Amino acid sequence: MSALTVRDVTKQFGSAEVLTGINLDIASGEFTVLVGPSGCGKSTLLNIIAGLERQTTGTIEIGGRVVNDVPPKDRDIAMVFQSYALYPSMTVRQNITFGMECRNVPRAQRNEAVARVAKLLQIEAMLDRKPAQLSGGQRQRVAMGRALVRDPLLFLFDEPLSNLDAQLRTEMRMEIKQLHQRLGSTIVYVTHDQIEAMTLATRIAVMRQGVVLQFDDPETVYNRPANLFVARFMGAPPMNTLSARLEATSDGTVAVIGGGETVIRFPVPAAAASWIGRQVVLGIRPECIAEPTRYFGDAPGATVMIAALVEVIEPTGAETIVVLRIGDERALARVSPDLHYRLGETARFAADTRKINLFDPETGDRIA
Amino acid sequence: MRDTTFTPGRILIYLAVWSLAAAWLVPLAVVMLNSVRTAEEIVQTSMIGWPEHWAWDNYRTAWADFCVAQTCAGIRPYMLNSALVSIPATIISTVFGAVAGYAVSLWRFPGDRWIYGVVTLGLFLPQQMRLLPWTIVLRDVGLINTLTGLVLIHSIQGLSFTTLFCRNYYIAIPRELIGAARIDGAGFFRIFRRIVLPLSPPILIVTVIWQFTHIWNEFLYGVTFTTGQQQPVTAALIALSAAVADVPQHGVQSAAVMIAALPTLLVYLLGGRYFVRGLTAGAVK
Repeated sequence: MSALTVRDVTKQFGSAEVLTGINLDIASGEFTVLVGPSGCGKSTLLNIIAGLERQTTGTIEIGGRVVNDVPPKDRDIAMVFQSYALYPSMTVRQNITFGMECRNVPRAQRNEAVARVAKLLQIEAMLDRKPAQLSGGQRQRVAMGRALVRDPLLFLFDEPLSNLDAQLRTEMRMEIKQLHQRLGSTIVYVTHDQIEAMTLATRIAVMRQGVVLQFDDPETVYNRPANLFVARFMGAPPMNTLSARLEATSDGTVAVIGGGETVIRFPVPAAAASWIGRQVVLGIRPECIAEPTRYFGDAPGATVMIAALVEVIEPTGAETIVVLRIGDERALARVSPDLHYRLGETARFAADTRKINLFDPETGDRIA
Repeated sequence: MRDTTFTPGRILIYLAVWSLAAAWLVPLAVVMLNSVRTAEEIVQTSMIGWPEHWAWDNYRTAWADFCVAQTCAGIRPYMLNSALVSIPATIISTVFGAVAGYAVSLWRFPGDRWIYGVVTLGLFLPQQMRLLPWTIVLRDVGLINTLTGLVLIHSIQGLSFTTLFCRNYYIAIPRELIGAARIDGAGFFRIFRRIVLPLSPPILIVTVIWQFTHIWNEFLYGVTFTTGQQQPVTAALIALSAAVADVPQHGVQSAAVMIAALPTLLVYLLGGRYFVRGLTAGAVK
């Protein structure tokens, strides 16, 4: 069943168009993440789904029902806000039950629901405290509790973790994922953090300037980005993008990068054949360039050995990031921390060519 | 640590501050002293002087006996008039100002900015300009020379200020709070009562002090729209000082002024802490 359908939604503030023709179809039980840089319109879209703002044109359907003219309280949704939006003068318990109070739910039923949610989120001990007496992480839990107590068709999360410190953010991220797995609820989650998007989503919608650039499962978004923006936005460190020229050889189509002694030739998919003789942008993820002993699988021609100048070495502990000079450009490689390269040497690296992407240098769209 | 070093600059600042304070306080001191001097003493010596005999009786006379326009009941009935105007008008203008401020700060509706602009425009209309329109209104609704008429005027005129005050305070409340409450199913007035009002005491205290002080001290409407027994104390004080007697009754008049100033002084002393704080901070966090 379709839990949420967004059809041709646009939004204008005055003369500025912040959303242009958004279409999303989200199935029941999906964890959809809207991700993009600030100002891309993702929070506006969420507010439109919630009914807190009205779209200029287009239709929102929740659970198969058109809700364009339905106020937020009747849309069968619950929302967690970035600032948590806890009612400052109410206790945690009152915060959680306020929605039921507004809907005249009997007291006994309210208490039962609070007890259930408090147990689920381990906030039993702070039910009689005010929000000001809670830490950031605790407030976050209460905000989730207020949403979870409702059991709605659709949960909306607006950057719920962005006010937490790094460690707490990782913890809460895992808890949100577990909650989703346990409850099987439908969630639309807004974030600017691509790691949150990758780790949580069953499907990611990458947005920029009011447009959804790609709406796919995380693996596809990561490995087959629809364009250069998505390629560079998802993944940290970001995908290497190098200018290359396609040539036809007896072994098939190859991309040629740089020149002279360190010229690199990567085999590319046959689908790019129409670009032979032209410039393209070649995208290769840093983890696809590693030390020469790295094994990238048995497929013939999958691994290509390259030589490149070592410019910067950044050990992170788990791995070492090496900045290479390839032609006139720089590329990142993620190598084993046990290897010790020297600055300024021209060293050998293994490259995994199976996950190479090619982009049109004019439009940025993916070619193959 | 308190800085107690006296640099020339600091001395200059103290000098300026103390002279300003003195300029403000001297008239009050003169009135205070005269309020406990007899009329004869003031006439025979000077308007400025230390009391030779403490004439506490001035206060009793001013309160209950002194004759104002042929009625010899002191300023007590006029104090009551002022209270009957100031208290309801303060409450009405504060309540409506709070609701209006809440509406224009936290809700979006067609024409919201325009409405706010028109309401606050009232702050910039000179009082004289409003006299004639109010005369017509009071005449048409039959409230000329009534305390109810004054309550009506002050309640409506006060809205400009109370709306401005409350709006500027409520604008600091995160909009997400309203969004969360709307999703929870609360409507306009429930959100106001359960979420916004509990955050409001500081600004409501400021608004009440401001309104009460202004309405109590207001003179022009009082003297224009009421006469005789219906006048507020500010208007009555003028009639009192015009009272004809063998000797000018400066002592009793000063006592009457002191009594008339007492309510606003008390309100300020009780709530002044909030007043200063509320004017400087938007403070909802």
